[in-house]
Amino acid sequence: MTGTQIVPGERAVALLGGEANDANLRRYLHGIPGVDAVGLEQRAAGLGTRSIKTTSKAWALDRIIGLVDLTTLEGADTPGKVRSLVAKAVTPDPADPSCPRVAAVCVYGDMVPHAVQALGTAHGDPDQGKIAVAAVATAFPSGRSSRSIKLEDTADAVAAGADEIDMVIDRGAFLAGRYGQVYDEIVAVKEACRRADGTYAHLKVILETGELNTYDNVRRASWLGILAGGDFIKTSTGKVAPAATLPVTLLMLEVVRDWHRLSGDKVGVKPAGGIRASKDAIKYLVTVAETVGEEWLTPHLFRFGASSLLNDVLLQRQKMTTGHYSGPDYVTID
Amino acid sequence: MSFLEYAPAPESQAILNLRSEYGLFIDGEFRSGGGKPFASINPATEKHITTISTASADDVDVAVAAARKAYDRVWSRMSGADRGKYLFRIARLVQERSRELAVAESLDNGKPIKESRDVDVPLVAAWFFYYAGWADKLDHVGLGAAPAPLGVAAQVIPWNFPLLMLAWKIAPALAAGNTVVLKPAETTSLTALLFAEIVQQADLPPGVVNIITGAGETGAALVGHGDVDKVAFTGSTSVGRAIAKSVAGTNKKLTLELGGKAANIVFDDAPIDQAIEGIVNGIFFNQGHVCCAGSRLLVQESVHDEVIDRLKTRLSTLRLGDPLDKNTDIGAINSAEQLERIRSLSDVGEAEGAERWTAACTIPDNGFWFAPTIFTNVSTSHRIAREEIFGPVLSVLTFRTPAEAIAKANNTPYGLSAGIWTDKGSRILAVADKLRAGVVWANTFNRFDPSSPFGGYKESGYGREGGRHGIAAYLKTAAPTAVTAPAKRTPITKGASK
Amino acid sequence: MTRLAVPKTYKLYIGGAFPRSESGRTYEIVSAKGAFLANAAKASRKDARDAVVAARAAVGGWSGATAYNRGQVLYRIAELLEGRRAQFVAEIVDAEGVTAAAANAQVDTAIDRWVWYAGWTDKYAQVAGNANPVSGPYFNISVPEPTGVVAIIAPQDSSLLGLVSAVAPALVAGNTVVVVASEKLPLSAISLSEVLATSDVPKGVVNVLTGSPAEIAPWLASHQDVNALDLVGAGALDWIDLQIAAADTLKRVLPPENGPDAAAPSLDRITAFVETKTVWHTKGLI
Repeated sequence: MTGTQIVPGERAVALLGGEANDANLRRYLHGIPGVDAVGLEQRAAGLGTRSIKTTSKAWALDRIIGLVDLTTLEGADTPGKVRSLVAKAVTPDPADPSCPRVAAVCVYGDMVPHAVQALGTAHGDPDQGKIAVAAVATAFPSGRSSRSIKLEDTADAVAAGADEIDMVIDRGAFLAGRYGQVYDEIVAVKEACRRADGTYAHLKVILETGELNTYDNVRRASWLGILAGGDFIKTSTGKVAPAATLPVTLLMLEVVRDWHRLSGDKVGVKPAGGIRASKDAIKYLVTVAETVGEEWLTPHLFRFGASSLLNDVLLQRQKMTTGHYSGPDYVTID
Repeated sequence: MSFLEYAPAPESQAILNLRSEYGLFIDGEFRSGGGKPFASINPATEKHITTISTASADDVDVAVAAARKAYDRVWSRMSGADRGKYLFRIARLVQERSRELAVAESLDNGKPIKESRDVDVPLVAAWFFYYAGWADKLDHVGLGAAPAPLGVAAQVIPWNFPLLMLAWKIAPALAAGNTVVLKPAETTSLTALLFAEIVQQADLPPGVVNIITGAGETGAALVGHGDVDKVAFTGSTSVGRAIAKSVAGTNKKLTLELGGKAANIVFDDAPIDQAIEGIVNGIFFNQGHVCCAGSRLLVQESVHDEVIDRLKTRLSTLRLGDPLDKNTDIGAINSAEQLERIRSLSDVGEAEGAERWTAACTIPDNGFWFAPTIFTNVSTSHRIAREEIFGPVLSVLTFRTPAEAIAKANNTPYGLSAGIWTDKGSRILAVADKLRAGVVWANTFNRFDPSSPFGGYKESGYGREGGRHGIAAYLKTAAPTAVTAPAKRTPITKGASK
Repeated sequence: MTRLAVPKTYKLYIGGAFPRSESGRTYEIVSAKGAFLANAAKASRKDARDAVVAARAAVGGWSGATAYNRGQVLYRIAELLEGRRAQFVAEIVDAEGVTAAAANAQVDTAIDRWVWYAGWTDKYAQVAGNANPVSGPYFNISVPEPTGVVAIIAPQDSSLLGLVSAVAPALVAGNTVVVVASEKLPLSAISLSEVLATSDVPKGVVNVLTGSPAEIAPWLASHQDVNALDLVGAGALDWIDLQIAAADTLKRVLPPENGPDAAAPSLDRITAFVETKTVWHTKGLI
């Protein structure tokens, strides 16, 4: 799939009315209203009490599957492991052909060719019922390498056929107040997502909210990621605890909503890491629907970064179809 | 079907085992009342729930006598530790039967099940737990050693938080060693009668808690009864005023928790998304049937349009409908009478020139409903900015400076509560200092806790419920002894009956 | 040859000034033995109205002063009273017909009462307030605050001590006061006003009316800008009606008391005219 076609950095210049340097970014990001942690968490908890039953639940389970970035990000990953992951992505429930496919598989950059090959004709735009290949890049998960390495990492994955790049921001620079540096790097990575034909791979900007620590930081980093041209803002690498939480995701959705009010642009959100149960995933769907609207519940605007979530959803799905509780032997491991 | 509409998720009523009629609970048992029984209806459907007795003046006499006897012979002589154990028992029983109580409350009152389940009933249990622990620690209430209970408490409660107001009244009264005769509101007697069953299950000595049902006449007979030592009332300012007059010249101690017209003040640096939630919670919690509701939104002019815009968007996601549906945000208005009051005051608002906006939502065919409504362009002189509407209606006013916000917030005969939304801590503390209100919520709203005193300034009443202050309202300093007596004070009273 | 004395004109004390009654009325004050002592001003309802206006205007400054400052101001009253004790003793002996020793004792007690209450200004909030351990991420604190304007019917059988015993506790928290002095023994009240006027008490914080409590009290009880009513000296009036009138605006009311120890010193007298304000504040680390 294809990311935004705007020139990287254009959003920021328009909004800041000047160069996106430390001072201008600081002035803007620190002028955004603060976040009251207690209120935010209470709102998230309130959304979590919605009771989703029967037809709504059936729809939600299928939609969750269609929004999953099925992920393997291990040092031990092999082409065989990736092929197995892809097989699961294409046919999540072999016993039920009506089961939808996931949105994408998410792998390390060197695994992209294997994923592309394994997907074959199933490879493509999830909005068209196909499965995209997402690659983590930019010295994932820490992001601690030189910029040239990060850019090469990105360009490599794009050249190998990655449709989506999940980059990490430089949290060190962010926490040190060097917003300009974080911004420039996102812009540069976005440029590295550019393909030979002038289109861009979809860019997901991972904030690693567990390291940003405060909600005010998450809100500022979300704005920064959007201003620099990110197509998605993503909570976490999954390698740092806490990973995705409902309050953090709600907060990022609020930024996306505000950006949409301001610009008309739609930016996606991807909570990743720690979402393992269908029940929890449904809370995220509710939060998306009630914060930015149901139209966001499509693969190009919302994703779950997850691995074990899929099987739990399949168990729930089987329960709804058969009326009986299912068990782990009735879903496949990948 | 849209996902956002959500499939119906009704809480089952199977857990309820209601009787077709309820008597009065006096001296440990149910008995029929001398007055004309009346129907309790479900405000969401107008269907009959059960038949409730009316206590006559004679029944009030019997109930007060039962409370007096229990006070003299049992409760005032029992150790504080044992009184506390009874209250702990009650707290546990409330927890055990919490789902049943929540369903009954929503059925009878019309409030959303998520509120009765997540707010009302858990707080009821918390209230009994909190005051249970006070029962054997009265020396530390602040009234000196061995403070004495007052005797028989007459307690009259409103229909907006039926069971919670019962807990606010009964828990501290019993912990302090008083016995009570409590009258729930006419339209919401059900959970008080279920509570009477809990009192039986707890094996509380007969007469310690008496619950009599009926309308205003019954309440007047109760608070006017000559053998009552304490009157505690929560309800409208007009009734509170009448009660204050009726006890003038008597020895009865009085606590009044009355109306309000709280200002919810939003500064331009407020945490905006949380402020929007706070505004919504402030006025649409319990359909706005809340004496401390944030019914006057005071918003700084520079952010007025943005706040209103965001508020309207947020209100459009509120679900109005079946109170027993777990996804309902706005339930039914409690009675036809209250609905009429909300309607007429809203019409006045429109006639006075305020701009009315109502969230688009489908109103059920039967029952009493009022969609969330906002009035903008409201002036301080408008009736909707001064009178308590007690419904889901928000009046929006603006201000330019903190001083103007404070002046407008205080410009009311009420003084129950207020809200402040700003990211600046020093401003919160300074504004809170200047607000003439008994409860101030900063960057939050409508929070309650048994350890936190609640009550008003000015015409919002006097006395506090909750916390140490709440139990002090049911005690008096020990009678001075000859040796330690400080200078003696002799209050004069008119013909006390005891 | 003895010097011809210069008698004092006793007027009202309103807003820091000593006006005559707007009605122009006075009434004769006689000694315990029936001798003429003075013509005291007989306050009207309009004087009461003016006194409430003055008291209301003073609430902000007095309640906004630091507790330490209020304590020093009240202590200063004791200091000045001590210096002018001879005048008060003489007035009490004349008016009440008591011995000099008894009058001295009354003045001593009155002075000590100011000292006792002066010490409470920066303590009562610690005793009457609370930090509340609510179950949630909130800082929650309850603090007592002055209720506003307090109208007092002073004890009628005491020149100085009754008045001080009723007025001082109301001032501790930062309330301002309109007090109706003893009808028969009003002269010490006006002399005390002269002390107040020359001490550090801001104008309007204490306003003293002399005249008929029966005439003035109903106007104060029903006044919508009066927050509280102390009926300590109203036992001989139709005080139940006053309570009923006060209920119209839900005033805080203290009942009449009898005997020489009316308005005995207590923390209750301070807390009777305070409002407990509870503030909730969210606490968030992240």
